[in-house]
Amino acid sequence: MTLFIEQMLNGLQFGVTLFLLAAGLTLIFGIMGVINLAHGSIYMVGAYAGTVVATQTGSFWLGIPAALAAAALVGAAMEFLVIRRLYQRDHLDQVLATFSLILIFNQVITLIFGRQPLFVATPEFLSGSIEVLPGLLYPAYRLAIIVVGLAVALGLYLLINKTRIGMLVRAGSTNRDMVRALGVDVRLLYTVVFGLGALLAGLAGFMAGPILAVQVGMGEQILITTFVVVVVGGVGSIRGAFFASLLLGVIDTALRAYLPGLLRQIMVGPEADALGAGISSMGIYLLMAIVLLIRPKGLFIPKS
Amino acid sequence: MAHSYMRPVLLIALLVALIALPSVAQASGYNAVTSLATRVLIYGIAAASLNFVLGYGGMVSFGHAAFFGIGGYVVGILYQHFALEEPLLGLIPGTNQMLITLPAALLVSGILAAAIGALSLRTGGVQFIMITLALAQMLFFLFVSLKTYGGDDGLIIRRTNELPGLNMRDKHTIYYVCLAVTVAFFALLYRLVHSRFAQILVGLRQSERRMAAIGLSPYRYKLVAFIISGMGCGLAGALMANFLRYASPDMLHWTKSGEFMVMVILGGVGTLFGPFIGAAVFIVLESLLASWTEHWQLGLGLILLLVVLYTQGGVQAVFSRLPGRR
Repeated sequence: MTLFIEQMLNGLQFGVTLFLLAAGLTLIFGIMGVINLAHGSIYMVGAYAGTVVATQTGSFWLGIPAALAAAALVGAAMEFLVIRRLYQRDHLDQVLATFSLILIFNQVITLIFGRQPLFVATPEFLSGSIEVLPGLLYPAYRLAIIVVGLAVALGLYLLINKTRIGMLVRAGSTNRDMVRALGVDVRLLYTVVFGLGALLAGLAGFMAGPILAVQVGMGEQILITTFVVVVVGGVGSIRGAFFASLLLGVIDTALRAYLPGLLRQIMVGPEADALGAGISSMGIYLLMAIVLLIRPKGLFIPKS
Repeated sequence: MAHSYMRPVLLIALLVALIALPSVAQASGYNAVTSLATRVLIYGIAAASLNFVLGYGGMVSFGHAAFFGIGGYVVGILYQHFALEEPLLGLIPGTNQMLITLPAALLVSGILAAAIGALSLRTGGVQFIMITLALAQMLFFLFVSLKTYGGDDGLIIRRTNELPGLNMRDKHTIYYVCLAVTVAFFALLYRLVHSRFAQILVGLRQSERRMAAIGLSPYRYKLVAFIISGMGCGLAGALMANFLRYASPDMLHWTKSGEFMVMVILGGVGTLFGPFIGAAVFIVLESLLASWTEHWQLGLGLILLLVVLYTQGGVQAVFSRLPGRR
């Protein structure tokens, strides 16, 4: 039972990481109508910047502003130089332009930092474990990710539902042209939304550092999973992104944890492990297929 | 566009050049050109297939590597069962005959395209892009985990598939086989894009609502187009596995789907010959940049970005906009 709860917490932790990316992606699409494949590159930039600063200075905490600043800076530059030209283009141009951004980012990072993955130690303060329930020790760092992720989700909820900017964002995701017609500075709104998405991606990248290896290509791996989240939750819906992230995070983790064991009862060990790993990485895609059959627009479509 | 009476002349000249290519390459000592040209032909088939749904039908599929890869794996798996002399699932005997493996690859990739298309065409726009990408990636994970068929390392095919009466160990023969398949493929594609079916597809791209209003069911037409396109990519994959004597998860990777799209846009979306020009430009660019630096993708990324942002219609459009041509 404790093992099960531990796996659920792992799933939750993966889920909130996905949410930090999916929220930005779904907002950017909902408001700006742009599909941004390079969102994962911002995640990677945040991870590298934060990890390098944290390792050089020896302070994990200095890594956070570094990651956020780098992600915001890169995001702003990306919006200004490339994305801005894509608003009026069709999806094909958007896909190809942001695909080329991925190639460029990956090579630039390789040129600067090489192919070796970077590792960063968890901060002293969070390196131990916390007894979540009697007899259940859980790493403090992962717990901190969950807390930060949920706090960000709450913050986003308040921002979008209770502030003026949030009102514009909601209006923008419902009817972009109407917002423009009402005299709102749409360009500023776009920049704010894109910057917010970049910040969240950078934060997610840096927080994932101590758990995963910081390496070239880390962005695309999680980006594709994030796409599944966005499709399942409904494109443009933050609420959908939140619930879909947690759901898929938990399901993915549970499959990885339990499927090889189940298969091992009917197959030989190593083969069961390999097939189990394969099928469990397919799990979320199968779930997406089922959702598409029942609700082609996603589980939480914003009311139109 | 070239004048219409120029077209057949240009085509015949191109065909003659392609037939002469291996001998010229050998005579001038650039043997590598022949394998480069083989890859261009194969990728050209894949890109032209993608272009059929993308350029004519307006369906931005980011998952065509799935069909390319499955075509390759059909050849690889059939060969493995042939070499081990044990039937697949105890029923289907393996084979190394190209006259069987190519149709098998077409069949399997067609079935896969029907499944993926049926699911992803339930939505459109940006969801369609994400879903095709995700489903193709799912297949990638499946093949990475299938240790029976090489897993991560892929499947080595020791001998190229055989064709009666031909010596398939000769690189030139493989080139000519690919050329023959390409020409046949193009003849079919030419008929196809000038058919009523393609007109309906173009109509659907322009306005689905209007086509529905005149009594056509968009979903069915789009699905059939998607299946045809998937089969074309499967054919290309089967040829590639024969040419490389290797089928690997790399063929299914999402970056491969991206490359196909790059070829389509480099050559010009929605044109018959654009994808071939695009494939040629891509392969040559890749070889040139890769011989110059290991970070060749940086150069490719920059070029692609400029092409997307500043040209409309790819290389072909740039040429046709040159002064003196109308």
